[in-house]
Parts: sequence; C-alpha cells; structure tokens
Amino acid sequence: MSSEGEKKPGSTGGEGWEPNIVAFCCNWCSYAGADLAGVSRFQYPPNIKVIRVMCSGRVEPQFVLRALELGADGVLITGCHIGDCHYLSGNEKAEVRMKMTADLLEMLGIGRDRMRLEWISASEGEKFAETMREFTERIRELGPNPLTNGGEDSG
Amino acid sequence: MENDKSNEELRVGVFVCHCGTNIGGFVDVPSVAEYAKTLPGVVFAMDNLYTCAEDGLAAIKNAIKEHKLNRVVVASCTPRTHAPLFQATVEEAGLNKYLFTFVNIREHCSWVHMKEKEKATEKARDLVRMGVARVKLLSPQEEPRIPVEKSALVIGGGVAGMTAAHSLAKMGFPVHLVEKEKELGGFVRNLNNLYVTTKDATETIMPLIEKVKSHPNIKVYLNSKVSNVHGFIGNFDVKIKPNDKDEEVEHKVGSIIVATGAIEYTKEALYGYNVYKNVVTLTEFEIMCKNKTLPKVKNVAFIQCAGSRGQDVSYCSRICCNVAIKNAINIVDNYDNLLGIAEQTGKAVEEVPVEPKAPTEVLERRRRRSSRGRGREDEEVAEEVKRGPGERIEVTIFNRDIMSYGIAHELYFNKAREKRVRFVRYKPDRRPEVIMDGDKLMIKYFHETLAVEREMPVDLVILSTPLIAQPDAEDISRLLKVPCGQDGFFLEAHVKLRPVDFATDGVFVCGTARGPADITESIEQAEAAASRAATPLAAGYVQAEAIMAHVDQEICSGCGTCIDVCPYGAITKNEEGLAEVVAAACKGCGCCGASCPENAISMTNYTDEQLMAEALAALKEAI
Repeated sequence: MSSEGEKKPGSTGGEGWEPNIVAFCCNWCSYAGADLAGVSRFQYPPNIKVIRVMCSGRVEPQFVLRALELGADGVLITGCHIGDCHYLSGNEKAEVRMKMTADLLEMLGIGRDRMRLEWISASEGEKFAETMREFTERIRELGPNPLTNGGEDSG
Repeated sequence: MENDKSNEELRVGVFVCHCGTNIGGFVDVPSVAEYAKTLPGVVFAMDNLYTCAEDGLAAIKNAIKEHKLNRVVVASCTPRTHAPLFQATVEEAGLNKYLFTFVNIREHCSWVHMKEKEKATEKARDLVRMGVARVKLLSPQEEPRIPVEKSALVIGGGVAGMTAAHSLAKMGFPVHLVEKEKELGGFVRNLNNLYVTTKDATETIMPLIEKVKSHPNIKVYLNSKVSNVHGFIGNFDVKIKPNDKDEEVEHKVGSIIVATGAIEYTKEALYGYNVYKNVVTLTEFEIMCKNKTLPKVKNVAFIQCAGSRGQDVSYCSRICCNVAIKNAINIVDNYDNLLGIAEQTGKAVEEVPVEPKAPTEVLERRRRRSSRGRGREDEEVAEEVKRGPGERIEVTIFNRDIMSYGIAHELYFNKAREKRVRFVRYKPDRRPEVIMDGDKLMIKYFHETLAVEREMPVDLVILSTPLIAQPDAEDISRLLKVPCGQDGFFLEAHVKLRPVDFATDGVFVCGTARGPADITESIEQAEAAASRAATPLAAGYVQAEAIMAHVDQEICSGCGTCIDVCPYGAITKNEEGLAEVVAAACKGCGCCGASCPENAISMTNYTDEQLMAEALAALKEAI
C-alpha cells in the first residue's frame, strides 16, 4: 500500500482523503441498531452511508464488487444475529455468501479486509457505533481503494 | 407499465426536515435543501421545521399538486417509525405510495455526528443524493388483495389457548383447537389455587373448559399434534395427527394462534433437588397441596430465583415471587387443610404440640411490642404471644429481591410479612446452600444484615424454578416458520409494538409460550391474539405489502435454487418447470433474488438497479 506522501490529491488519496464506505444494513435488526445508536447519541465517523435492504440475505456478491468498483474504500454488511433473522435464515445465507465474497476479494488482490460482515441487533446501538468506528479506522489504515487509482499506483 | 413510467418526465420533490433542532442544530438544513434543487430530476425542494407536523404534511400535498411531483423524498428521521405517515400523505395527494423514499438524516446523521457540523451537512447532502437516485427508479405498485379462509387453528389447550379459541368462536369463526395431552387445562391443572384468590384452580378454569367443549364453533382435538402446516396468511393448509393413530385430518384455516405454554425448569442436584427428600419445586408443592399429600412439616423454606436470573437461565420468571408469597400465606393460614389430615380423619387436627421456647419476660416484651401501634385486640395478641413464633409453622423465603409487581400483589406481599413470613435476602455470589447434616435437612445461608453465616433446619425446601420453553417449541417454530428467541420462547414481531404477532403474517402467539406470565396476563394476551387473528378473518381479505420477488420467466432456467433458499416456501415450480412466486407467502427478504444465477429474480422496491444507484450516489457526486 502506498504511503501517505505518495497518495494522489483529490477524492482518492492525499491529505484530504477520507474513507468512503457504504453499509448494507438489514431493515429489522441492524438498521434499527443504527437508529438506536442515533437515539442514544453514540458518535461515530461520518464516513459511512447506510443503504437499507430488507435482509442481509438480499446482498449479492456483485453488490460488494460493484460498490468497490464504483470507488468505495470499504463495504460493510450488517444483519441480525444468527438465529434472530427476521426472515428466519436470511443471515445464514449472507454468511456463506459473504465468506465466499471475501475469498474472492482476497484473490483479486483487493483484500478481504475491505469488506466486513457484522451481526448487529436492534438493541445494539453501541455495537453499531463501535463497528462504524473500528471499520472506518481499519479502512483508513488500508488507505484508498486500489481500484480507484489503480493505473497510477501499479506503475 | 414500467416502460410507460420511464417515459414520463421525472419530477422529484425533496423535503428536508429540521426536526426542531434535532437535525437543524447539527446540519445546515437550508443548504441541504438548496443542494437538493441542483440534483437532476429535482424540480422542487424545501426545508420544514417539522415535516411530520400538519403544516409539513400540507406542504408535501400542496407541492405534489402545484409542481406536479411524481416522486417524493423526505429527509428526516427513521422510516421505521414515520414511513407510513408520509406514504399516507403522498397517497392522499394522489401519488402511489411506492413512489416515495425516506432519507434518514437524524438517527444516521445529525445525532451521530453532533460535533462535526460541516461533515454532518456534507453527509446529509450525500444521503439526500442517494435518496433522489433511488426515488427516480421506483415504480408504482399495487398491493395485492388475497381472499381469506374464515377459520382458525389454535395450538395448545391451556388457559391461553382455550381463551383464544373461545373468543374467536364467539365472533363466529370456526376454530380447531389442538391439545397434545388427553385433557384440556394445561399447566393450571397442576395448581392448587390461583394467587390473590383462594379458590381452587381447577374449579376456577372448569367453566372455561366446559364452554370450550360445548361451543358449536370449536372442534377440540385431544391427544393430538399439528403435523404439517403449509401456506400463508388467510390460506394455511394444516394437518392434525392424533398421537396414537396414523391418519391425519386436514383443514384450511386463515389464522393460527400458538398457545403451547411452558414447563417448569428442574435440574438434578439444584439445591439438592432429587438428591434429598423434601426438596421440591413450586409446582410439585402445589400438586402436593392439591392432592393433600403434604408431609407434616414445621420449617418450610422457599428459595427464589432457583436456576433463573443468571444461574442457569438468564431471565426472571416473573411469576414466582407472587406464587411463593401465595403459598407462604397458604401454609401459614391453612396448614391443617393442606396436610390433608383433616379430610382423612373427618375432624380438625390437634395442634402440633411444641414446647414453649421463649422465657416469660421475652414473651411479655414481644406482647408489648406487637400490640404497639397496630390497634389489634389484646386477646388476639395474647393468643399469638402465647403460641409464639416457635409454635407455628415457620416459613422463610430466601430471595434476591421480591418483585410483587401490581397493586393487589404488593398488598399480598405486605400481608405475608404481617403473617410473619420471613424474607431473607441473598446475593447471587452467596447463594443459600441446602445440605444434609446427619439425617437433618439444613439450609446454610449468609445473613446479609448481620453479615454472618447461619444454618437453619428445614423440613421442606421449595425451589422457585423458572418457567422454561416447551421442549417441542422448536418443532413448532420450524413447522410454522416463526422464530424462537435465545431462551427458547417464541419471539414476537416487536417487543413493544406487536406483542402477540409473529413476524410471519397470520400467525400469533399468547400465554407462557412467549415467556413467563400469570393467568391474568395469559388471558389478556389470548384475547389480544384472538382479536389480532380475527382481523383478517373478519375483513375477508388481506392486503400484501408490495415488496416481493418477481421471476422473469423469460430468463428463468428452472434450476430451483430460489426454491431451496426461500425460508417461506413461497416459490414453486410451474407446469413448465419455471419458478413462480406465491405473492401472499412472499415476505420480500430477497434471498432468492440474491442467489438466482440467471439474475431472473427482481425484488419489487429493492431492485438491483435501485440499490446500485444508491451505492453510486453514495460514492460519487455526479449521478
């Protein structure tokens, strides 16, 4: 990964660089967990934007790949805890699928750490905020998505 | 239809809410509204102090008419509470409610970035941009109406199940009531009396049993189980199988109520349970009282929270404090009767002869003390003093804290104390121990106030163990596709707002199947569940939310992957071998859409395109 000085100015890299992260949150547990984080005023970095899906099982591997391709520095998928899925077993499917997606990201050289699957219940506002803090920090360490300035970096 | 819409000029209206200072205090709301105006497709944007207030809603309706809006975005709080309000508002103005998008800039922005006003404003702009990108791809939806079979299935013939069944039957709906035991009554059949009343428990519920048995609308299946359930709200196909026979009965029902109850927790060697004689559970004690087989005892100890509140199970079983208090009072007041000796001999038993232990001066002091300020008759006091506490049945309740919630119950607790039932507190790190000293049963405990270890001889130890989920709850959970929580009890759709609904439409829960409850509460829940279950039956149809899977049969290869992943059995193969969605059964989770290798399945209102447009808008300024 390129060091601070080598990063390109602008939206990717450089001093002004801020991680841009999208989070796919399931409607029933983790979106509600995000709501609770808000109600409880747990502060976390503003780098993450939530996209609401009905179930973590709705998230296709392509969503993750496409988001990274579009320039996301990290992609987070959150769902109900195993056993608590609103749709009984959607999160179990998400688990299998996202494990595979992580392997794929590793294989592609993007790295599995740019993606994270986390179970956050409707009562875990603090966990939601903490996950947002941690994941933003992790992506900050990893630096900008290599795909966004791949051409220049690889040279 | 979708093509027609895409030809129509998009006219998006954006309404950004200050929510007083909740958003306005941390986000530059007017600038967000100004920014929204610059987004392609947006023809109108404004900020409101409270968009959900009457003038805010009126502003939306006016703008829809005045600016011919065909898409609406509200950026305010959470869709989980306010979406129905705004959807109804746009609908009133003649816009299909599926052409509305909610953007959460309060819970997900202003409240969580309170110290970074500039960044919060920037994020609010990003979120609005995402909402606008999404709203432009939405299409109007019709919510399908599905006819309903006007009958119900109630599983469990205890108080809750019987109450629910009878309530539905009275409303005129045929009910199939399935009970796995040989008779109706459930857990209450074990009990002696029900607290706050002194009336016999069986006698109390007998009229209910009779009403259920004799009601023409109720068909009771005893010694039977539900063996199969298929279908969805309004149209369940259920199979009922007698335990001793193979032939099943089939019925079609519109609603299902789960009232399978709970059982009492027991564990080998818990406070000497099943190791020492005379260590029994609350229910075993009730059975002994009921059958009048109580042994002759003088010192009785209850141990509260035995196995619950973090010892073996995490929760508080809620009813045991009141049950223990009831039994303690029963013992003090009614001991001779409980023994059953009076019944056997046909006359009142003689008092248990006990040596007076207290010296005269102590008795005198006790007399003076107890008569002071209580206004009791001298003779009464004198009588009590003469007997002294040593001559009576001694009842001690070891507890962590007494939770005798409710008005009558608190008075009951006070009554027990007046009757000199001893309440001794313990902490979870120093629980009392039941030991055997020679042939004498003893309780060793740490007295909190005196801060000393003490021992006390007991004749009978009663463990207040919690109610736990039925062992077959998981089978029913699988059968009905409804969830059980961590403790094995059935999990309602929402702990506060939908206490007797399951997330699966048309299936409801009541009584101790969803957690410890007393009879009053079980009946309340049962009546509630019956009323909820009757709603679709009375309407005659159900309106399904238009969030569902749609299979493009031109693309479908008939591989069947979606059928395997659907948790609701909502996808079937048609005559051509291609996948077909049963609209009423589909809950719209999207698992099938995510797994379709041909991309033949799209999710209404959550299409790949819509979600990816949101992602793109989140990541890039230009959309």
